[in-house]
Amino acid sequence: MADTNPFLPVTSSGYTHLPDESHQTNAPVIRRRRPFKEHLIVVIGLLALGLFVAFIGYKASSNGHVHDNENGSFQALSREPQTNPLVSRGPTTGVSEKANRVRGPKSSQHASRGPAAGVSEKSNLVGNNLRSYPWDISMLSWQRTSFHFQPEKNWMNDPNGPMFYKGWYHFFYQYNPKGAVWGNIVWGHAVSKDLINWMHLPLAIVSDKWYDINGVWTGSATILPDGQVIMLYTGCTNESVQVQNLAYPADASDPLLINWVKYSNNPVLVPPPGINDKDFRDPTTAWLTAEGKWRIIIGSKMGREGIALVYDTNDFKTYEIEGILHAVPGTGMWECVDLFPVSTEESNGLATLANGPGVKHVIKASLDDDRNDYYAIGTYYDKNHTWVPNNPSIDIGIGIRYDYGIFYAAKTFYDQDKERRILWGWIGESDSEAADVKKGWASLQSIPRTILMDRKTGTNLIQWPVEEVESLRVNNTDFDRVEMKAGETIPLDVGLATQLDIIAEFEIDKEALDKAVESNETFSCEGSGGAAERGALGPFGVLVLADETLAEQTPVYFYIVKAKDGFFKTFFCTDKSRSSEATDVNKQIYGSFVPVLEGENLSMRILVDHSIIESFAQGGRSCITARTYPTKAIHEAARVFLFNNATNASVTASLKIWQMDSADFQIYPNDATRQLSVFTSILILAAYLSCIEKFIW
Amino acid sequence: MKIFLLFLLFIFPVNAIRLTSIIRLSNLIDHTCKQTPYYELCVSTLKSNPKSADADICGLAKIIVTSLDSKASDALDQINDLLQDELTLDPATEQALGVCAERYNVILNGDIPQTMAALDTGNYKFAQKGTNDAAVEVSACEKEFTGKSKSPLYELNKEVRRISIVAAAIVKVIINS
Repeated sequence: MADTNPFLPVTSSGYTHLPDESHQTNAPVIRRRRPFKEHLIVVIGLLALGLFVAFIGYKASSNGHVHDNENGSFQALSREPQTNPLVSRGPTTGVSEKANRVRGPKSSQHASRGPAAGVSEKSNLVGNNLRSYPWDISMLSWQRTSFHFQPEKNWMNDPNGPMFYKGWYHFFYQYNPKGAVWGNIVWGHAVSKDLINWMHLPLAIVSDKWYDINGVWTGSATILPDGQVIMLYTGCTNESVQVQNLAYPADASDPLLINWVKYSNNPVLVPPPGINDKDFRDPTTAWLTAEGKWRIIIGSKMGREGIALVYDTNDFKTYEIEGILHAVPGTGMWECVDLFPVSTEESNGLATLANGPGVKHVIKASLDDDRNDYYAIGTYYDKNHTWVPNNPSIDIGIGIRYDYGIFYAAKTFYDQDKERRILWGWIGESDSEAADVKKGWASLQSIPRTILMDRKTGTNLIQWPVEEVESLRVNNTDFDRVEMKAGETIPLDVGLATQLDIIAEFEIDKEALDKAVESNETFSCEGSGGAAERGALGPFGVLVLADETLAEQTPVYFYIVKAKDGFFKTFFCTDKSRSSEATDVNKQIYGSFVPVLEGENLSMRILVDHSIIESFAQGGRSCITARTYPTKAIHEAARVFLFNNATNASVTASLKIWQMDSADFQIYPNDATRQLSVFTSILILAAYLSCIEKFIW
Repeated sequence: MKIFLLFLLFIFPVNAIRLTSIIRLSNLIDHTCKQTPYYELCVSTLKSNPKSADADICGLAKIIVTSLDSKASDALDQINDLLQDELTLDPATEQALGVCAERYNVILNGDIPQTMAALDTGNYKFAQKGTNDAAVEVSACEKEFTGKSKSPLYELNKEVRRISIVAAAIVKVIINS
């Protein structure tokens, strides 16, 4: 290219005057200007960059929980820093340096799977079906639910501080921001208008004080008559002592209650004399006593006796220990205790301070010993801070459970908007933690349930999924009076069968009931052979998440036993023994006896949502929540069947089955706003830079 | 003879208390290990760690978990060594070893930290979950090798599995105490 700036000619004088300000010449000053084109190119370049950044931002915040991974191995997954859920440890935890090396970069190459569809033929030749099932992305990503509450990723456990405030249902939860196993616990937060569609908010309470540095554990909300919100929660201190702390919203006028403030003089309660430092947690919602004080209870234990301690306060800052509300020997530590009133006459919920005739009080405790939630109905005596069960033989911890499957740390709150009491329950995983780490998340919450006294039996509570879940129902299919002979299995064609709401009624033929032989048989769902074990009067019910060949199936069913006195005992079970061909998942059979009254048909409701199945018998008198991890009965391969495995009875079934739409889960600030704000700021920056540029030149 | 000893105990109550507490401490290991399915392994693991001399049952659990950690580490080292040896490995074994590496990673980076944190803070059910899961992960690893005469990790897997079962059993004792 020709040099457009030829060298200045060397004058004969050998000296060239430098341009000098003092040399005022009359020659016009010609300033070199960048062509307009170059400006435009720079601005467009910045705009393109902005779009790109916004696009990346959108992708990162979208719900892509299991990251698509060509080779399917989670070695690759764990290498990406933002998705690495594994907690790194150091020598201080007593672990040798050696173990801290990230292992097996080589093995990820060798463990490379074929295309996303699954494992290549070659590796299948080696094993038989005793082989531990290699979880692939398709199976794992399917497990994520569509209308149950769960955060975008990582570990969750207990529900915390649920309440209805300024038009929003608030939900907090135990959360590990760093991984898919328990640890580093803080409070997650989400809000909803209808308990079904949610907006995830920033973390509400984090572990940044000495009194909660080892965990921001479970707590409850109290809304005072003047509208103030009080949050009490357990903190695990720097010395691993369990204490109770007070927190409140930073801005009570913010309906989303995004920011929270901890009381400057926390903790407000420490373990009292005689109570172990590690047996003092999960404060309840407070209620007003007749004396006008606020009262809470905190579960604990003395020896092997589970107890509930009673505290009174005027200001939630200083407390007086009143004594023990109730104790049950042999039950061990009571976690997440809850006390609430139920009406024996009406079908609405009651606010926590309700008392008087027509009101009974339920105490519930989560037993650390067996990780089940138990409740008992009784009478609360305000004056001497005690509670007495209606029936001591089914007292707390030795009687009825909220749910006979996997359901723990449950907590109720009073929804003052719709005058109902609502129950939340933590549903953990029952697969291997390796799978949880691989899929990047663990745990769900149950669909919130209304909870009422069962006035027909007087002994049970009734739980039922909140009616708002029905707004997700689409594509109804009815099956009217389908008759099944003994041993029959009938496919039900409903289309895609991974998100369903099933309501079914069963009638067993009367002759079979009369002819059945009385027996002393002590039946239990757990101890039985599941749905494959045939009896005269059962099992019969529905198979969900079953594949066409029934190699994988999860039966939800009734089993009737005729007792020696001629009375029938009905059991309601969920059988996971064949729910998956994988060998590293739990395959128990869950269930219990369910009271069936004269004249009642047998009825069940089943909510299927990918890896969770929530079942309700007799309108919610008995509930079973199960987690299942099929490898074949997933996506379009999942089916529903009706079955009757009784030997001697025919059964007539009528069903209504709906497919369920997915719920909406947004993130605050929501995706669109975030995209827009990133893009706008880049645009402004670009404009600013090009203006600056103009002035420089 | 017995009466004489009893008499002595009455006269020297202070010594008696000290004596019984010494007996109680050394009995703690015995008493605890008897509640696990692998008594010998439990006792030898505890006794080989000097901290067990004055540990309470929670401390004993942590000692077992520390041993689990070191055995799992060894297993992972062994897996990596085997994987280096590419030339003699058949693809099936290679793949199985890869899965085992994943499982052991979860034991070391997921189960064990979770268990230690749970034991420290008194939220024992998560220690139960972690130790039980370690056994599940080891079993899953071993099952990768079905069809072979013996997996190359058989002995190590067995040790790791047993020690995690001992740990889980001790945690159960803590919860039930």
